[in-house]
Amino acid sequence: MSARDRILAKLRAARPAEPNALPDLDAHYTPRARGEAKTERLARFRAGIESFHAEVHISSEADWPALLARLCADKQVATMLYGADTPAGRRLDQATFPATTLRPWAGQVEELKADLFHRVDAGFTQTRGAIAETGTLMLWSSEAEPRTLSLVPPIHFALLDANTIQPTFFDVLRTENWAAGLPTNALLISGPSKTADIQQTLAYGAHGPKELVVIVINAEGDAQ
Amino acid sequence: MSHQPQQQSAGQPIAFVSAQALRARMHDAVNNPHLRQSFRGAMDFLMAKRAAQFPDQDELDSLRSLSEGIRQYSLSKLPELLEQLEANLTRNGVKVHWAETPDEANAIMLGIARQHQAKLIVKGKSMVSEEIEFNHAMEAAGVGALESDMGEYIVQLAGEKPSHIIMPAIHQTKQQIAKLFAEKIPGVDYTDNVDALIRIGRNVLRDKFESADIGLSGVNFAVAETGTLCLVENEGNGRMCTTVPKVHIAITGIEKIVEKLEHVAPLYSILTRSATGQAVSTYFNMISGPRKAGDKDGPEEVHLVLLDNGRSQAYADEQLRKTLQCIRCGACMNHCPVYTRIGGHAYGTTYPGPIGKIVSPHMMGLEQTHLLPTASSLCGACGEVCPVKIPIPELLIRLRGEANSAPHAHPAMVGQGAAYDPKISFVWRMWARLYGRPSTYRAFSWLATRFRALTPRKQSGWTAARTPLQPAPRRLRDMLKDRR
Repeated sequence: MSARDRILAKLRAARPAEPNALPDLDAHYTPRARGEAKTERLARFRAGIESFHAEVHISSEADWPALLARLCADKQVATMLYGADTPAGRRLDQATFPATTLRPWAGQVEELKADLFHRVDAGFTQTRGAIAETGTLMLWSSEAEPRTLSLVPPIHFALLDANTIQPTFFDVLRTENWAAGLPTNALLISGPSKTADIQQTLAYGAHGPKELVVIVINAEGDAQ
Repeated sequence: MSHQPQQQSAGQPIAFVSAQALRARMHDAVNNPHLRQSFRGAMDFLMAKRAAQFPDQDELDSLRSLSEGIRQYSLSKLPELLEQLEANLTRNGVKVHWAETPDEANAIMLGIARQHQAKLIVKGKSMVSEEIEFNHAMEAAGVGALESDMGEYIVQLAGEKPSHIIMPAIHQTKQQIAKLFAEKIPGVDYTDNVDALIRIGRNVLRDKFESADIGLSGVNFAVAETGTLCLVENEGNGRMCTTVPKVHIAITGIEKIVEKLEHVAPLYSILTRSATGQAVSTYFNMISGPRKAGDKDGPEEVHLVLLDNGRSQAYADEQLRKTLQCIRCGACMNHCPVYTRIGGHAYGTTYPGPIGKIVSPHMMGLEQTHLLPTASSLCGACGEVCPVKIPIPELLIRLRGEANSAPHAHPAMVGQGAAYDPKISFVWRMWARLYGRPSTYRAFSWLATRFRALTPRKQSGWTAARTPLQPAPRRLRDMLKDRR
């Protein structure tokens, strides 16, 4: 008998005859739902992620590439890596970045690993959405936007559409039915990398990005 | 710190320090003012941060009940869920391995390392890898295993073990870490600036992420219905370990499983809030397989090792099974008056504090660990803050009973009766008999008050640190009779 069979046999012999009743998650979440409008969700998301040391800029569909170019210049980003084959990537293809070389991700990670670790100053990604309750971004890895793009470069620029901010993680899992099909890597990000492992003193930029910059696309006329 | 009883020489795993020596180590720890100051400060900090995350008692109560319900539900279906997890992970391209013992788990992972001719394994934080002494097993086989969580890296550099399951280097001051870095890392000068120290660690470890052959990680939640491994972290080293090297090996205890993806939402929330008082961790990483056709990065192979190591023994008993509800937040140790005074190393086990006292006996047997459940005042703080409502004090009493009862034919755990002493047992039986019936109790108390002068001055363990016990000159019942 294999280790697997022995472990399972022991567990089966001891398992209760009837499994417990399925826990009722709605009983906890439904009465606590806030029913916030988009503006309030954006405000709460912003307060949350800013409290985790992320930078948030509100922009519009038309203006965000110019804002990103300005931010790159301010932060002295010489090279920014991005995924070209996305709606945002196609906008960047046409944008002018006076101080920054835009480099589309090309090939497998092995081919650009050295550059990724040593020469790229920033990575740019879209986001799938965000969570208001905790100030959290949601990223799904894709062929166009690989996992290391938001991990290895010292600065991570993330583009967020204010319409995709949801109240809670639970709401996201439910309404978007993530269980029906997850990508290789789904990721929640709440701020730049940090640690408090030395005497409970908070320090940013432990192993991942030192800076997280969120650009929120919010239609004109909405809350700034 | 000149007086450092918890420090072990490199290569001597602290988990196998005899638990019999617990009292001596506790004594040393209690007499180490630096250590006590470090832990007192850190625990006060963590308790305040946790409290700030739960301003609404009603929400906390509801979330705890829900989390307990999810963990108990998952355990009630554990064998099916493990099979479902295995099937879905396999479908996603993850190789699943099973290990009954630490040796088996290490052999599996060494086999993977050999197959890839790996020289360096870079590790994300994993208490299960500590539990099986992974680093030593790899080193013995000539494979490097490097911790990359900042706290774990510090502890490994110092040749120590974690003193806390969430904050491994909590016993070290920044000055000690500064000295350690200056001594152990080539080209580094002494600095006790925390930002500078973290920068040093970052630079050293970035090179390792880039060059390592294998990344190792633990698992916070394994989701059966999707075949997903969830990892909670702040630093990004967990993402590095699971993304950059060509091979990712995850290891977890068989109990860390939930059925539905939505079950992770409340557990994740209560985990970070209970552990470090964070509303959310920086990263929540959900891995559902290796690099697929079209993917541009990620490991080409992902392995999951499912470890038993005594968990199925706990599972077999309805009460002891509650031990497996644990989501490893560490709140029980943060709130434990014993842990705060003696620190994590004095326990001599991988998992310190209240959770360590109830889980270690299943991993190591009661012969080694029967003193652990006695290192508690049973104040109940651990049970009160536990996010999944593990009745830790009840389990401590149960384990004391298991250790002290006469050995019998169908023990619930290995080492049952390890602390059994026929003499002590006889004394307690006599006591029960005297106190069990009014007539014998009356006769006994009558005699005890008359012959109180004969009470021995030395009363074994009691008088080691206390004045001797002596019956009162008059019984309460007689005093009451006088008043009437």
